[in-house]
Amino acid sequence: MLAYIVRRVLYAILILIGVNLITFVLFFFVNSPDDMARMQLGAKYVTPDALQKWKADHGYDKPLLWNSKASGPGKATETIFYEKSLRLFAFDFGAAEDGRNIGNEIRTRMGPSLALQIPVFVVALCVNITFALFLAFFRATYLDFWGVVLCVAMMSISTLFYIIGGQYLISKVWHLFPISGYAGGLDAWRFVLLPVIIGVVSSFGSSARLYRTLFLEEYSKDYVRTARAKGLAERVVMFRHVLQNAMIPILTGVVAAIPFLFMGALLSESFFGIPGLGSYTIDAIQAQDFAVVRSMVFLGAVLYIIGLLLTDISYTLVDPRVRFD
Amino acid sequence: MTLQVADLRTVLDTPRGVVRAVDGIDFELRKGECFALVGESGSGKSMTALSLMRLLPEAGRIASGRVSLGDVDLLGLPEAAMRAVRGRRVAMIFQEPATALNPVLTCGKQIVEVIQRHMNSSFEDAKEKSLQLLRAVGIDDAERRFDEYPFQLSGGLKQRVMIAGALAVDPEVLIADEPTTALDVTIQAQILDLLVKLQAERGMALLLITHDLGVVAKVAQRVAVMYAGEIVEVAEREAFFRAPQHPYSQKLFAALPGAGQRGELAVIRGQVPPLTQPFNHCRFADRCDFVFDRCRVEAPQLLEPARGHFARCFLREEGLAPPRQTLSAITKSASEESRDSILLEVKDVKVHFPIRRGVFRRTVGYVKAVDGVSLELRAGRTLAIVGESGSGKTTLGKGVLQLIEPTAGTVIFQEQTISGKSRAELRPLRGAMQIVFQDPYASLNPRLRVSEILLEGMRSLRIGANDAERIAQLGKLLTEVGLPAETLDRYPHEFSGGQRQRIAIARALAVNPKLIVCDEPTSALDVSVQAQILNLLRSLQERFGIAYLFITHNIAVVDYLAHEVAVMLKGRIVERGAVDAVLRNPQHDYTRQLLAAVPRVD
Amino acid sequence: MPFKPVLLWTDLLLWLLVAGTAIYVWYCYRRPHLAAPWGRVFQSRTAIASTVVLAAFVGMTLADSLHFRPRIGSGSEGAAQYSNEVLSVLDVAFAYLRERRERTYSAPLATRLYAKDQIESSTGAPTRDYPKLTYGGAHLQDESAHGRDIALRAGLGASLAVAAAFLLSLLRRRLSRWRPNVPWSAGLWTFAVLLLLTVPLLVLSTGYHVFGTDKVGQDVFYQSLKSIRTALVIATLSTVTMLPFGVLFGIVAGYFRGWIDDVIQYLYTTLNSIPGVLLIAAAVLMMQVYIDTHPQLFPTAADRADVRLLLLCIILGVTSWTGLTRLLRGETLKLSQLEYIQAAHAFGVSSARILGRHILPNVAHIVIITLVMDFSGLVLAEAVLSYVGVGVDPATISFGTMINAARLEMGREPIVWWSLAAAFAFMLVLVLAANLLADAVRDGFDPRVRVGSVPV
Repeated sequence: MLAYIVRRVLYAILILIGVNLITFVLFFFVNSPDDMARMQLGAKYVTPDALQKWKADHGYDKPLLWNSKASGPGKATETIFYEKSLRLFAFDFGAAEDGRNIGNEIRTRMGPSLALQIPVFVVALCVNITFALFLAFFRATYLDFWGVVLCVAMMSISTLFYIIGGQYLISKVWHLFPISGYAGGLDAWRFVLLPVIIGVVSSFGSSARLYRTLFLEEYSKDYVRTARAKGLAERVVMFRHVLQNAMIPILTGVVAAIPFLFMGALLSESFFGIPGLGSYTIDAIQAQDFAVVRSMVFLGAVLYIIGLLLTDISYTLVDPRVRFD
Repeated sequence: MTLQVADLRTVLDTPRGVVRAVDGIDFELRKGECFALVGESGSGKSMTALSLMRLLPEAGRIASGRVSLGDVDLLGLPEAAMRAVRGRRVAMIFQEPATALNPVLTCGKQIVEVIQRHMNSSFEDAKEKSLQLLRAVGIDDAERRFDEYPFQLSGGLKQRVMIAGALAVDPEVLIADEPTTALDVTIQAQILDLLVKLQAERGMALLLITHDLGVVAKVAQRVAVMYAGEIVEVAEREAFFRAPQHPYSQKLFAALPGAGQRGELAVIRGQVPPLTQPFNHCRFADRCDFVFDRCRVEAPQLLEPARGHFARCFLREEGLAPPRQTLSAITKSASEESRDSILLEVKDVKVHFPIRRGVFRRTVGYVKAVDGVSLELRAGRTLAIVGESGSGKTTLGKGVLQLIEPTAGTVIFQEQTISGKSRAELRPLRGAMQIVFQDPYASLNPRLRVSEILLEGMRSLRIGANDAERIAQLGKLLTEVGLPAETLDRYPHEFSGGQRQRIAIARALAVNPKLIVCDEPTSALDVSVQAQILNLLRSLQERFGIAYLFITHNIAVVDYLAHEVAVMLKGRIVERGAVDAVLRNPQHDYTRQLLAAVPRVD
Repeated sequence: MPFKPVLLWTDLLLWLLVAGTAIYVWYCYRRPHLAAPWGRVFQSRTAIASTVVLAAFVGMTLADSLHFRPRIGSGSEGAAQYSNEVLSVLDVAFAYLRERRERTYSAPLATRLYAKDQIESSTGAPTRDYPKLTYGGAHLQDESAHGRDIALRAGLGASLAVAAAFLLSLLRRRLSRWRPNVPWSAGLWTFAVLLLLTVPLLVLSTGYHVFGTDKVGQDVFYQSLKSIRTALVIATLSTVTMLPFGVLFGIVAGYFRGWIDDVIQYLYTTLNSIPGVLLIAAAVLMMQVYIDTHPQLFPTAADRADVRLLLLCIILGVTSWTGLTRLLRGETLKLSQLEYIQAAHAFGVSSARILGRHILPNVAHIVIITLVMDFSGLVLAEAVLSYVGVGVDPATISFGTMINAARLEMGREPIVWWSLAAAFAFMLVLVLAANLLADAVRDGFDPRVRVGSVPV
């Protein structure tokens, strides 16, 4: 078991190195720092001096991989690869375009992101599983049929419309909640409630339908017939047998998503003006702030890998077949 | 208290139409008796069992009929009341213990659950009862097993747990649907003994659903034979085994391979008619040797030619059929001793699979699937490898053909060492050594026409100058294996299991092999189809002098087909010799156990 | 020649895709076991209905994928001169929509602008009022007849639609004779509803802006029609461009196992570990920089927008490729244990032939299911990406750019809702139809989890 975890962690590091290389190639080989400087400065202001100054300000004036001018270990460290890519492993993200420290930004913005994402996660999970169980219980009836139609219809609507529609109805027509903004502490709920509702609604269609499929798959297994042959009530068959088995793929799938809660919700945060990591990412993309995008790519990969590890561990916790293997 | 079934009809809604899976059957299960329902696949025997429990799949429904347990009409009960009957008065165990137990609940919980459902007892009491039950079904360390999960148990133990759960609240009727089909023969014997013992102790009625006449002979008191959704014969065991009255039952016996059979096995021609149609004639008419005009215009009723012996055949109006001929074992004469050259020689072959553990997946040990096997096979002879699941017999077969590279040892084929050769070096030899697999559904690519399937090997091994020449050869080959020529243009899914197995044999034959490894080629087939394939294999051997390495778990087939036999256990051969010597006079303990466990018809 | 044909990259790929589909259909038609799952798919009423809807969208897309540059006169030496503007057949058909630009926002079917402005009244004195539209309702002599005119045109359209639908329904019997198992009536009803919705719109659009106009006065109905191509290009080409790699990697990893498998698994785990939006954003940003710093590579604006669209498809493909590869790898692992593969080994058949003849045809259903399942997700993704700013070229009309532009006006009073509503309606119909078809396809090809099926 321990050996297995160690093995997975080693693999995770290998993957992070891969991610690092991909981002490095993407950000520094496809376009040279000169191109980026030209982009940032805008066509009007491109003079060789301005270019040099921009590159120096942002630390892009060094060679990419090997600094033959430097001495000693500096040959390797005074390079863009070392400064911009390898330092990510120490979670040293450097500065954004506006000069602010990205690491600090990430730390302060995690709070609001989690304040929005944790409620969405918990409520959505409960609602979706309950609804899926309901459909599975009434499988092959009209209730099930129309429930699935509802799911398909809801998953056919873009999240953008849920957000815009929700914002319009609740904040503008009914004047229930503030349309956007954020406050720290306990006051946060007033700003977070609407995005939470929208988050839950927009995940509803696809998740509920997926869970229903998982439940039905379990329902067709032999042990369900055994349980019925014992004279157990359908309710017991469902909760003790089907639910327990179907929860294994559901839970482990869900566990993989937990680390991503930190990344925030891209769209909701930006629409509702919540100062989380999601809106930070979007702002960075729109402002073409490559340093931030690079940092978020790395952070996302780290979280993904943590998710993979958590999935492995959660399997061993919930599935006896893996636990005793 | 008896279970009475009257005119039960169960239908399945399928894309092809309404299938009359069970089409008006009547029988009676008496208190304390073991009643066997026998039939081949698709006869409706499992659907009958599920109908009694009202546990049909979603597409199935009971169209009409009456099932009464004592004075309760089970089909008329509301679902809630029926649930109180299931598990309490009528319990059921299933074929596949590996999937019939819930994988995430401990064995103990799955038994306690039944007790608590029906007895209203506390967990402690229920647990105590469960432990007793586990001991009663022959599980030694009941306390430990109680807290274990199904995947930690072997197949036989799982089936014992299933039985313990089914018997937890002393049901009056136990329905066992092919309870031993998925198990090895030695385990099967133990489970059957256990069922008989428990039934006698508890005085419950046992409805045994099976396809195996040997199992019936061993445990049943009365027998009903099902064919195409109908019961065609009902009798006491002795009467049935002495003189089966329906032509179908007679054929089933004649198709059984065994020591007494040396010539052609009887086959039942044709196939089971589709059950989507209503019948107003005898369902067996098209396949019956005794068919006459009346059979085709009128459906026969169950007649009673002898007291308590019923048969659905017009011939029985004329009285009883004569007893079945029981043949005593024929010993093969010494003249069968072969002087042919040695075709295949296997010397101390090992196939080990590494077990990798730890951070860097180091090899910490080996699964010794085949662990030092030596054997030889002469041209035109059959060597049977007999063993139970996990004995390594299939791995050995593939190791011989170099489909799996042996870890050690040499394989000499046609005086050439083939072990250790590269794929390219082996290709010229591939034509001479072929393989036929167990599962006729997995052994033919569903996306290719039969002609493509058969041509593949010929093209690869450059047999025939061009496709036209090859197709001409294939025409002859198909006649050889008993398939019509138009087979070539069709797809595998259009054929039945037996026909597919013929195609698979034709595919091997197409490249003129000297040796065919037959990996359980008949174990997925019904008895009547098995007989056809065995006949075919034997006649091909006589005509073309092909040698078979015949891998099987079925002793009867060995007795019928093989010249020599090797018994495998845990990757080693424990006994080897001529068939008569080994089967009639076994030397090794394991061989004796194995032979003793085989349920016999005679 | 009155025009010079232009073949954009996405046009080329789209038409190749059409040709490929046609070949596939012909191939299936002759092979009963390939036709059988499609037969099952088209026994479902929802499949037929959604196919009709999707066919309408595909028709629009194809009409919008025949591009050319119109001739604008002869040069000095008689050489034809062609406009720099690249038009499509759809643009020509709806030229009246494209050319009738208002000054700014106007509501659907309105005759006046959305905002008040200084106008000269009939007396010549400047007043502040809603100015009349240049085109919308310009044919009306009297504005009070507005309502009646709309009703009249809608009625005319509806009766035309009903007549057309009736004529079509005469086909039903012949269709049923041709393929009795297909629920043709579902298709015909869908078609009738489609006609009933579109024909009145088309009739009305000759005199009005049926969905209003946007900020720069462009007709929203026209924008919606143009968005269809963008959505379909992204939804199909994204998967198709990466399909060969995804399939190859998947089956090679599953078949050969060993180090090849390790490398491919590492590759897709690494790609997967970067959150999709960020990977796309990073790649698109880089692409943008490249396009902006190499303007000489793109002669016309249409070329640039098109290359950007294609690159977006490829980037989306790279990120969706991993899922397919993982599925195929798993399936190939299972398949290569099967006995017919081992039989092929026993004949010494080469690995390439085994992959091509035994593995590939037997995983084809997974590829098809993935293709149709990804379709709707990609349509939705386009909208989100365009909102984030890493979608299509801002000059390309798409649902995303429509929503994005409309969103900025959410704060206005009264609200400018029509762009959003049009995008919402078109996207909902498109995605819903795609989802329903995907469901039917999955059920037809993979009948494992079908409720009410027989477990034998």
